Amino acid sequence: MASLNVRAALLSVSFLILFLGCWEMATQPPEAQTGMTEYELLMGGADQESRVPPPSAVIKLAWAELSDPFYDAGANDKGIGIQLGYSVYRVLTGFLAAMAVALPIGFLIGMSPLMYKALNPYIQVLRPISPLAWMPLALFIIQDSDASAIFVIFICSIWPMLLNTAFGVANVRQDWVNVARTHELGPLRTAVTVILPAAAPTILTGMRISIGIAWLVIVAAEMLVGGTGIGYYVWNEWNNLDLASVIFSILMIGFVGMLLDLALGRAQKLVEYKE
Amino acid sequence: MSKPFLQVDGLSKVYPDGQGGDLTVFEDVRFALEKGEFVCIIGHSGCGKSTILNVLAGLDEASSGNVVMSGKEVKGPGLERGVVFQNYSLLPWKTTLNNIVFAVRARWPKWSKEQVREHSERYLKMVGLDHALNRKPSQLSGGMRQRVSIARAFATQPELLLLDEPFGALDALTRGVIQDELVKIWEETRQTVFMITHDVDEAILLSDRIFLMSNGPNARIAESVKVDIPHPRARATIFQNPAYHRTRDYLVDFLVNRSGSALPEKDGSPKFVEPASGDVTPASGPSESKAESAARAVNA
Ligand SMILES: Nc1ncnc2c1ncn2[C@@H]1O[C@H](COP(=O)(O)OP(=O)(O)OP(=O)(O)O)[C@@H](O)[C@H]1O
Ligand SMILES: [Mg+2]
Repeated sequence: MASLNVRAALLSVSFLILFLGCWEMATQPPEAQTGMTEYELLMGGADQESRVPPPSAVIKLAWAELSDPFYDAGANDKGIGIQLGYSVYRVLTGFLAAMAVALPIGFLIGMSPLMYKALNPYIQVLRPISPLAWMPLALFIIQDSDASAIFVIFICSIWPMLLNTAFGVANVRQDWVNVARTHELGPLRTAVTVILPAAAPTILTGMRISIGIAWLVIVAAEMLVGGTGIGYYVWNEWNNLDLASVIFSILMIGFVGMLLDLALGRAQKLVEYKE
Repeated sequence: MSKPFLQVDGLSKVYPDGQGGDLTVFEDVRFALEKGEFVCIIGHSGCGKSTILNVLAGLDEASSGNVVMSGKEVKGPGLERGVVFQNYSLLPWKTTLNNIVFAVRARWPKWSKEQVREHSERYLKMVGLDHALNRKPSQLSGGMRQRVSIARAFATQPELLLLDEPFGALDALTRGVIQDELVKIWEETRQTVFMITHDVDEAILLSDRIFLMSNGPNARIAESVKVDIPHPRARATIFQNPAYHRTRDYLVDFLVNRSGSALPEKDGSPKFVEPASGDVTPASGPSESKAESAARAVNA
């Protein structure tokens, strides 16, 4: 009996083949029909362009794109690697900026019930705002589309980190805090050597949620501001009616998102502890 | 008269009783500890032992009264007072060794890395855990965790060690082994120890004096019982000493019959009793009955 992993892998591959098979079949161009209307004849026979491309076409395109992902042939023709690079750069910049703000404030409201009460109403009002709703304001104030996209990432990744940090810090076991107190650690040393490691798993969970949301939002943000990035790329290919490229980039978005999540999952493993 | 090492005066703790009134858990608690003494405190559950210990540790505040140690009033926690908590309170993300290193480094920030490590390992060796330096607390048994916690407290060489039912969560067998270890470490270090326990035998094995607390609310430390058994003591042989049985009978009698009504001296300090004195002082013969001894003790 093969191990569970092997059987799962076999099953996965069969599903993929089945799915690709159905897709391929469903997207075959129709047989040249005898009763074509005059209009259809004028339009060049079967309406190839408005059809979803078959997987074989997507794979062919993917092969071509991935064998030269970083070519740069002008504003509207850059390799998929460059476009993804722009998006990842924006996500990471916004995410790091959010971290720099969310962690200290999260610590503050986690440690001080007064601060928690004072700041909580603002957080509750700001948190449910769709990050894209900030876009016009950001564009107006910052006057720069790239920075505005980064700002939108910043604003959407701040909340899960902030709330998880505050929650993690507030719920550090009093026993451990007492250990720090009986050893006369100052507030800063206590925060770094006791509270941070104790709350780290919760904080990392918040960061993982944040990066997931940031990756969702960057695509939409780039569709709005245009110029560069994977979101812009998808939209641009849609305007070109190049559906194979659209499907290919959708898959790449999923793939990169998975990598980002995996990276934070790893980090989470590092700080986990068993009581 | 020289000032004692630790002086506790008029300590009380009042909580709101939840119906608009006040609940005085204990009141006018007075006692003194001498340097190098091992003192246990026994009393029924809820009488306020942990609260007193936490006040001594500086982790809790009394409603009134004060604690003076080495001429300085105790306000807040400090490294000169080490605490062993009932639930070990090890930092679970640190290894055994690093839990000790953490404390040693806090105590002596100027020490070199090697010095800190060497000192920490020495104390882990004392509790027989030098083979588990790199394990996390979650990979240790309850008994081993409590040993680490004891090693951590002793390693910082505090002037006063506070132990809140350190063996409460352990099975009888493990408990015995660690008690012996504690005796051994204490014989070596002769640190001043204040310890809470529910176990009469444990108290006799370890302490020079035992404080008996009356029941709450309005609990007091009613008596201070001298344990007149010479050191070094060992669990296996201690009950061969007649003083052991006299002390034990006296303590059990207090806990069963008198803890509800017992009161300290008029000045608030605990009554000093020596239930075993009949055996250890040659003046009174070994024939003195338990009742007589107890009566004499109460009048003492
Ligand atoms: N936050 C609080 N509010 C009200 N009452 C409290 C509070 N904390 C403790 N008490 C009361 O104070 C009393 C003393 O508690 P403490 O933990 O010191 O008892 P203890 O002697 O250590 O008991 P045990 O032997 O069970 O550990 C208890 O009766 C408890 O109900
Ligand atoms: Mg207690």
